[in-house]
Amino acid sequence: MNDIYVVGIDMIRFGRFPDRTPPQLAAEAALMALDDAGLSITDMQALYCGNLMQASNMVGQRLLREIGQTGIPVVNVANACATGATAFRDGWIAIRAGLYDMVLAVGVEQMGKGLLGGTDRGGFVTEGAIGSDTMPAMFAQIGLEHQRKYGTTFEQFAKVSVKNHHHSTLNPKAMYQVETPLEQVMASEMIAYPNTKLMCSVNVDGAAAAVIASEKAVRRLGLMDRAVRIRTSVMTSNPFAEREFAMPDFNAVTRLASKHAYEAAGIGPDEINLVELHDCFATAELVHYENLGLCGEGEAGRMIDSGETALGGRIPVNVSGGLLSKGHPLGATGIANIYEVATHLRGKAGARQVEGARLGMTHVVGGGPGMGSACAIHILEKV
Amino acid sequence: MSNSYEGMVPSVPYLKIDSTGEPYIAGSQCGKCGQIFFGERTICARCADRTSMQAMRLGETGKLYAYTVIHRSFPGVKTPFVAATVELDGGGVLKGTLLEVEPDPAKLAFDMPVRTVFRDSGQKDQDGRPYLNYYFVPAGA
Repeated sequence: MNDIYVVGIDMIRFGRFPDRTPPQLAAEAALMALDDAGLSITDMQALYCGNLMQASNMVGQRLLREIGQTGIPVVNVANACATGATAFRDGWIAIRAGLYDMVLAVGVEQMGKGLLGGTDRGGFVTEGAIGSDTMPAMFAQIGLEHQRKYGTTFEQFAKVSVKNHHHSTLNPKAMYQVETPLEQVMASEMIAYPNTKLMCSVNVDGAAAAVIASEKAVRRLGLMDRAVRIRTSVMTSNPFAEREFAMPDFNAVTRLASKHAYEAAGIGPDEINLVELHDCFATAELVHYENLGLCGEGEAGRMIDSGETALGGRIPVNVSGGLLSKGHPLGATGIANIYEVATHLRGKAGARQVEGARLGMTHVVGGGPGMGSACAIHILEKV
Repeated sequence: MSNSYEGMVPSVPYLKIDSTGEPYIAGSQCGKCGQIFFGERTICARCADRTSMQAMRLGETGKLYAYTVIHRSFPGVKTPFVAATVELDGGGVLKGTLLEVEPDPAKLAFDMPVRTVFRDSGQKDQDGRPYLNYYFVPAGA
């Protein structure tokens, strides 16, 4: 009787909307999620708003100016690429604590094109002189660390993009819906070996929102027919890892989170029917197969070769198209992943439906050179 | 050798020039758990001990742990170049740019021996003083 549910959830189609503001994008997603639940902003007792690039500009309050200023508490959340999932989890925590019965979580981002970061702060320019601080470089080294350990190949990393771009052709909300054969992925512009341009996620604008409710509220309002149970919500920061000061860690932080998630849910990875994981770069997806226990140590290359993680495979991963082709609006990604899994658990995913899905996992990591990292995992269950 | 770096400014705080004019990479070692870090610190990030951190100099030889070849970087940065993560002999892990190799994965090997060198970076501070930086080169070079 104390379970917590998603009763409304949606995302706008990701794309580029230079003429709109983050609060406007957030408002559109928020209204879509409220409509999905058949509820109004006047039913919400708190708002958790995730946004990274305008973290100091009260995007949550500005969102309420667009859809109704009811005076509810607003928490503006920033946590790198885990921002949206952190906002969602903060809402879950508040309901779990018994403070509220129904809250709204929103994630939104408006992004430019091209490489993230690189702001010239004056003084010595480290880029090129002390390695590289670009995101593709960071995840390239993480991929080559896997190659070092297990012999994983450029081609195997590239296959992740082939798979996820294929999945995106079945998702009308993805930024890109284009097939990319292996030769095309491998021959596209090399950004940071082994990540080519088609192995990098897309910087887009986007927003996603979820209405989270206590069991009491779900029953009172008769919403169980649209509810998806939040079986587990966990978050970690990067525990100390041997090389992380030189090479940011996304492995240990994910392993710790997945251990907590499986323990809290009382299940193992074999029981998960689909996963939306943080494929910010093709190299990242493979290391997370092992970090999340989807396969044994060193088996990620074999797993992508075998097609086990493609739609129709043993455990489909990123059937939405993933960050690689759906797009990666930083603050929105965590809730968009939850939207994808919830849609499958409701049996409403259309052509990309994972048949018989009962349990699904979402995973995001955020972080960067010299920053540390964050990981959030949610396990959702069909009601 | 002792005056060759005179008038130069270290590129980053953990690159130091000692009283005899010799550059080195500053490190710290926790007396409790033994962890070695690059740069100066007082509390151990690994075991949280506050009392036993000791300053040290990191070694100038090591092995290539991981790398990538950067073909696209931030505007104005010359490419391609090799971004490297090096495990230093005697402890510590350091990131840097690996020079004097072809920026080609086929020419790079995990665990290849490298050493640290200190060179004029070509960049100058606002007073026109050259920045001294550290780089990695193949150990035989």
